[in-house]
Amino acid sequence: MDFEKPVVELEIKLDELKKLPLAESPEITEEVRYLEEQINKLREKIYTNLSPWEKLQIARHPNRPRTLDYVGKICTDFTELHGDRLCGDDPSLVGGPAFLEGKRVMVLGHQKGKDTKENVARNFGMPHPEGYRKALRLMGLAEKFKLPLVCFIDTPGAYPGIEAEERGQAGAIAENLVKMSILPVPVIVVNIGEGGSGGALALGVGDRVFMLENAYYSVITPEGCASILWHDETRASEAAKALKLTANDLLKHNIIDGIIDEPLGGAHRGFELTANVLKKILMDNLIELKKVPVQKLLNIRYERLRKIGAYKES
Amino acid sequence: MPISEWFHKKEKYTQITPAIEKRTIPDGVWSKCKKCGEIVYQKELVNNLEVCPKCDFHHELSAYGRLHLLLDDGKFKEFDKHLLPADPLKFTSEKTYLESLNQSQERTKLADAAVNAKGKLNNHPVMIVAMDFRFIGGSMGSVVGEKVTRAIERAITDKLPLIIVSSSGGARMQEGIFSLMQMAKTSAAMARFKETNLPYVSVLANPTMGGVMASFASLGDVVIAEPEALIGFAGPRVIEKTIRQKLPKDFQRAEFMLDYGQIDLVVHRRDLKETISKLLDFFVGETE
Ligand SMILES: [Zn+2]
Repeated sequence: MDFEKPVVELEIKLDELKKLPLAESPEITEEVRYLEEQINKLREKIYTNLSPWEKLQIARHPNRPRTLDYVGKICTDFTELHGDRLCGDDPSLVGGPAFLEGKRVMVLGHQKGKDTKENVARNFGMPHPEGYRKALRLMGLAEKFKLPLVCFIDTPGAYPGIEAEERGQAGAIAENLVKMSILPVPVIVVNIGEGGSGGALALGVGDRVFMLENAYYSVITPEGCASILWHDETRASEAAKALKLTANDLLKHNIIDGIIDEPLGGAHRGFELTANVLKKILMDNLIELKKVPVQKLLNIRYERLRKIGAYKES
Repeated sequence: MPISEWFHKKEKYTQITPAIEKRTIPDGVWSKCKKCGEIVYQKELVNNLEVCPKCDFHHELSAYGRLHLLLDDGKFKEFDKHLLPADPLKFTSEKTYLESLNQSQERTKLADAAVNAKGKLNNHPVMIVAMDFRFIGGSMGSVVGEKVTRAIERAITDKLPLIIVSSSGGARMQEGIFSLMQMAKTSAAMARFKETNLPYVSVLANPTMGGVMASFASLGDVVIAEPEALIGFAGPRVIEKTIRQKLPKDFQRAEFMLDYGQIDLVVHRRDLKETISKLLDFFVGETE
């Protein structure tokens, strides 16, 4: 990532120093200590002042932990279930039952790949309608067996393709929005990376919605926005700023309930830590939500959505 | 309640005759058809419900024009007219969002891209929302989302069938996350509506795309589209860019979506009222 370049340059220098034959000498040890200090200072300076566009680079980082990384770390016995029973199985959206600290849950999430090959197989985390319809089916199981639902959001958007349209992408998303708004079990949503438009929201209606510190959530990608506004995708960083898509922006506008801190530099620089914090937040909120009677839970969920909107009444 | 009883229920409506519908078009004003390129008298186009007399292409119909088309004697009671858009993100590009709003408001004489009303359609009392594409592409921001939600809630309370005529490019970019969340809000209201036995007829006018199609517009008990209306989630240009190939002819047009089972009917504008009326005859009233 561009903004990390100064740090990377120092890190290379440091590595070279450490490899020198006289690495044990007092002068070099002193130099190493000095460089390490500089690197830490620089990191702190860079990562605590990230622009929306820079945060978005972290959200899209190839090493960023994915849904299945978190599920593997914080859940046990996750059993992935497949297929929408209509058309196919969509590997860009995964789901199934699991235990979270011994408690039964249903997990759903967008799934991106770790490398190009896996990303092609996972369609870069961009679901077709069959992905959303699989999710709908698993929400039905959550309802039937009274499993709280935990959703991980991480998609650039629903896939824009011919077959996706032929099979009713829009309708598939809409049906999920309907279902989630009245699903009679607690629903917790965590945006772990990319919250790209309606394709993200289709897993996003819940009683609690959290975002990782560097995740973004937006009505349109900054590239798409820039291309509409200025017919110029290279101005995406300006669009990212205008769209107010960071976790801080969403918290400020009362769209989300909280921000989950990431280690300096992003979740991929401290996966264990991030996963542990995430797990604690899930547990705490599940315990709270389980105490609420179902009808009350649904009323509160409705009211939560009902009040979202910025308008004037003359 | 038997259908006949609806006829006896006397409801009083204030007739609003919006100036925009009574606009006098001077003779000799021409307009060029967006599809066939033929030159048509503006007056002829208006008299023909904005449908091209040469090629039958359905041009955009204003929100009030739509209410006049569908409601008996053009009479209706408008609701929620006092809702005005705000600029929660202080969105700035070359032109600020507030400037865009002002321009659209001046041009259309509307506060935003949707009008809520109650009226009668062949004597069926109905709650209706008409969207207006001329207002920032009919995009859904907070006002449109709130109006649609209120219309749904009012239909539930007043036990009225619901008709929403959509015409929209999708969610309104300039309100960012607030626009996106209107999809969830309207769909949640629709979930409650679906727990009643009241019908919802969704009408898709050209175009109905993105966040509007991916929420209330696709959730009708019956979904009707106007001929050749563009319908879908992703826009054709975005798809072409992603897949790097040419799209099939008529891709995402109403007739295409009918073939793929995504909508119920394609209906010409002149037959729209009668078609909805017949559906309401089937769906409203007691079962024998
Ligand atoms: Zn024509």
